[in-house]
Amino acid sequence: MRASLESPKATPAEQSQAAGRAPSDALPLLRVLNVRKSYATPQGPVPVLKGVDLTLEAGSSLALLGESGSGKSTLLHLVGGLDEADGGEIILDGVRVTGQSDAERAALRRERVGIVFQQFNLVPSLTVAGNLAFQARLAGRFDADWQSELVRRLGLAGLEARYPEQLSGGQQQRVAIGRALAIRPRLLIADEPTGNLDEATGDEVLDLALDLIRRTGCGFLMVTHSTRLAARLNRQVTLASGVIAAS
Amino acid sequence: MNLATLVVGLAVATALWSGVQALNQQARTSYDRAAAVFGEAGARSIVSASGLFVPQETYVALRRAGWKVSPVLEGTVRIGGVSYRLIGVEPLTVSKGSPVAGLATGADLEGFLQAPGRTLVASETLAELGAVEGARPRTDGAHSLPPLVKADAVAPGLLVVDIGAAQEILGRPGQLTRLVADAADRHEEAHLVGIAGRTLRIEKAEEAGDLARLTDSFHLNLTAFGLLAFIVGLFIVHASIGLAFEQRLATLRTLRAVGAPLWLLLAVLVGEVVLLALVAGALGMIAGYLIAAALLPDVSASLSGLYGAHVGGHLVIEARWWLSGLGMALAGALLASAMSLFKVYRLPLLAVAKPLAWREAQHAQLLRQGVFAVLCLLIALAAFLWGRGLVAGFAVIAGVLLGAALLLPLGLVAVLRLGERQASGALAQWFWADTRQQLSGLSLALMALLLALSANVGVGTMVEGFRKTFTGWLDERLNSEIYFDASSIEDARFIESWLGGEPRVTAVLPVWKAETRIKGWPVDVYGTRDHATYRGHFSLLGHTDDAWDRVRDGGGALISEQLARRMGLALGSVISIPTPDSVWDIPVVGFYPDYGNPKGQVRVNVDHLTRHFRDARRTSYSLRVAPGAAPAVIQRMQAELGAKLARVVDQASLKAMSTRIFERTFAVTGALNTLTLIVSGIALFASLLTLSDLRLTQLAPVWALGVTRRRLADLEIGKLLVLAAITAVLAVPLGLVLAWCLVAIVNVQAFGWRLPFHVFPMQWVVILISALATAFLAAIIPVIRLQRTAPQDLMKVFANER
Repeated sequence: MRASLESPKATPAEQSQAAGRAPSDALPLLRVLNVRKSYATPQGPVPVLKGVDLTLEAGSSLALLGESGSGKSTLLHLVGGLDEADGGEIILDGVRVTGQSDAERAALRRERVGIVFQQFNLVPSLTVAGNLAFQARLAGRFDADWQSELVRRLGLAGLEARYPEQLSGGQQQRVAIGRALAIRPRLLIADEPTGNLDEATGDEVLDLALDLIRRTGCGFLMVTHSTRLAARLNRQVTLASGVIAAS
Repeated sequence: MNLATLVVGLAVATALWSGVQALNQQARTSYDRAAAVFGEAGARSIVSASGLFVPQETYVALRRAGWKVSPVLEGTVRIGGVSYRLIGVEPLTVSKGSPVAGLATGADLEGFLQAPGRTLVASETLAELGAVEGARPRTDGAHSLPPLVKADAVAPGLLVVDIGAAQEILGRPGQLTRLVADAADRHEEAHLVGIAGRTLRIEKAEEAGDLARLTDSFHLNLTAFGLLAFIVGLFIVHASIGLAFEQRLATLRTLRAVGAPLWLLLAVLVGEVVLLALVAGALGMIAGYLIAAALLPDVSASLSGLYGAHVGGHLVIEARWWLSGLGMALAGALLASAMSLFKVYRLPLLAVAKPLAWREAQHAQLLRQGVFAVLCLLIALAAFLWGRGLVAGFAVIAGVLLGAALLLPLGLVAVLRLGERQASGALAQWFWADTRQQLSGLSLALMALLLALSANVGVGTMVEGFRKTFTGWLDERLNSEIYFDASSIEDARFIESWLGGEPRVTAVLPVWKAETRIKGWPVDVYGTRDHATYRGHFSLLGHTDDAWDRVRDGGGALISEQLARRMGLALGSVISIPTPDSVWDIPVVGFYPDYGNPKGQVRVNVDHLTRHFRDARRTSYSLRVAPGAAPAVIQRMQAELGAKLARVVDQASLKAMSTRIFERTFAVTGALNTLTLIVSGIALFASLLTLSDLRLTQLAPVWALGVTRRRLADLEIGKLLVLAAITAVLAVPLGLVLAWCLVAIVNVQAFGWRLPFHVFPMQWVVILISALATAFLAAIIPVIRLQRTAPQDLMKVFANER
């Protein structure tokens, strides 16, 4: 048991359980409490989030809906440790994200969060295999068997040596999902992951993502404009003008 | 920012080019002013067929026969140890273009002709002599010049006097150097033979203007450097314009889509380039003027030390300099933007916003560059095999440099691919892969860096090699402890016998000299006595077994390397030396190096010299003295010989003076080298700055995946340092090839001597450090900007509404 805990494949949740702490599964995976964020503009600060509360259980999924400018992407970025909140509290997997330093947030992203972007944002200089393994190797949790399974499940077999520019949009998004799941993240966040894909391809990609998310048991937070896609997730939360309008 | 780098790039390129051109123009104006003393440009000269002097009677005979000729006597005088060119003219017959022509009608004619006469000098010369108008400085030969009068049309370093005064000062009564024919004179050479037999010939136009001819290679070297700096600067402009156009392609496509005519778009874009070129060019011209003004003293000292040419101390700028500089800026900007303009011309209207297929683009670009590089190298090879002259030498260098620069990205890709294969960690692998991806945007700047670094290695190797050779050569050549000139031949005889009574003097060695011209080229003939000083220390590049014995017996001559190359003389060939009475044919028994001397040189036995040249200057000597006795001997000579001694100098001072001339000669080269390196640094900086927006989209995903901005910044610096280091390592062999071309081709063609080839590994270390420092300085601002990029700016890369 001890040996497996020290192996690079152990997730932070497994590690905390082994260390005698209350397993984080007992608490919500994600707690967002009264989070506020505004951006400085030449005309003065513009509030984007005006006090948002949210929770997400491990293994469950949540769709963030709302019009452009409602603050859903900003909330996603704050949760993922990409940006810093002005106020409130975000606790992810038992770790207080708010107030963390730049380096601490980088470690959080590297080790606990998988991120999927609308524009795919793969590393153009790396091959498909390089992209899939990149974050896992950065985090020191590269698992060749898991990577092979991801390649197979995502239908990327035979494409490992290609570069992102040589792939279609759907293929690129599948690589992005694989990259995010390769570290077996505690939370997967996705910002309009099917926004650049046609409907059929988008559905196919989401099916794959949901299937793999179920296998890893991570939480899934997705920003989308599509109520149809949002309906496929466990919960739907609508943001409007920086506050939760419907849940 | 892109606009700023474009303007800076073009301004810097124009500054270095126009700075060099200002120096060249200044020098050439001085030469023209010097030549104008004789009259209008293009005026024919009649000279002695033997290369020596024209008798005054011949002049009188020609005038009587209706030839509109004017007599000239030229020579060199030393005042306070500094050489000046003395020219004697006849104001009543001198050609219209001459600055003394005005004297014929002016009130000062009487003063010029009648004793004590006048010496016309430029204000710079007056200042250099430390004299005021009316002063009568004494030459080192103890002649007083006629009173000085300022005449700004006279070139600096020239002393213009009446021909009678010149004959007296130069000790050449009844002798003339040349007869300058009025431009209106239409007499033919056949008529000349009828009057003076075959003793005279009409000098061809290209033979005239010794200074311009002698210094051509110096100015060509400067021009080559200016052009190199200009090309390096154009790399910046090309990168900036390329990016500016790339950023606006979408807008241009939209404009085309809404019906804007293509010709109008192109006209606007060309107009924009022209406007920017004129603004940046004008700024560059101002900077060029400042650079030229800063370098002029060193250039002037180099020309004076190497060729005895005096160049005016104040930079005078002409309108054509402005026009040519702006023209270069304009042509350069249009050339640098040609590819981008062509891209706009071929812009497909319905192209979708496809992400840049960098790998395919890089592959195609590398292929094109490879083909072009091979072409350049083939041209270099052809110029090497079949080319002749200095221009062919520079063609070899240009072909090799350009070919190697174009091959650089291929070399870098190979090294980076190897690094990627060897890397094990995720970040290490990304480091090499991303560096390779960055190459497309940085390759032009890196090519510029390669050119600058290899120019530094090449010229540095050549200069250091020259310094090493020159120092060794000076040690051998300046073997005597003391050198002196007597004031007259009588004084020389007196001093020689006086030295016989000085026990510390072990040998008195005459170094007598006569001047002549061989096939129109000025040559000094030195007469020396057989002595162990020469036999043991005078280095010869090639000689017969009995060379020194034959020189001693008068049966052979040693000649300088450049004379041998110029005249195509080999060991055993007979050299024909024109003497005042006839031609002296003497076999060549050895060659010796004579670095830096623009004139030819022959060394013969002193007794045979005086037999053939009755007018040889018999006043120079070198002395061998007991070890450590030189200062005391000099002190005694100065105390007891007084005015009989025109000049005395010890070996150390003479070496120091020669070394000083050497150092100043290469100060200009060093300055241009450094400036070129700075320009390449700016090119790198400009590329990084213009690429920084693009880099953000490439770095943001890596940041999002958990690499801190600080770490990314360190890696960005590391990437550039790796690229600079590889470039520097490749620059070393390229620089050595360049040095070899300079030593084996250009120097031989330009100066007539070849240096031994040395390598200096310490220089390579300095170059590597320079490259790393340049890259670090170029990267630091863009990297600090990256490190300070706010997370929300990085996230804009991922924003859906971007």
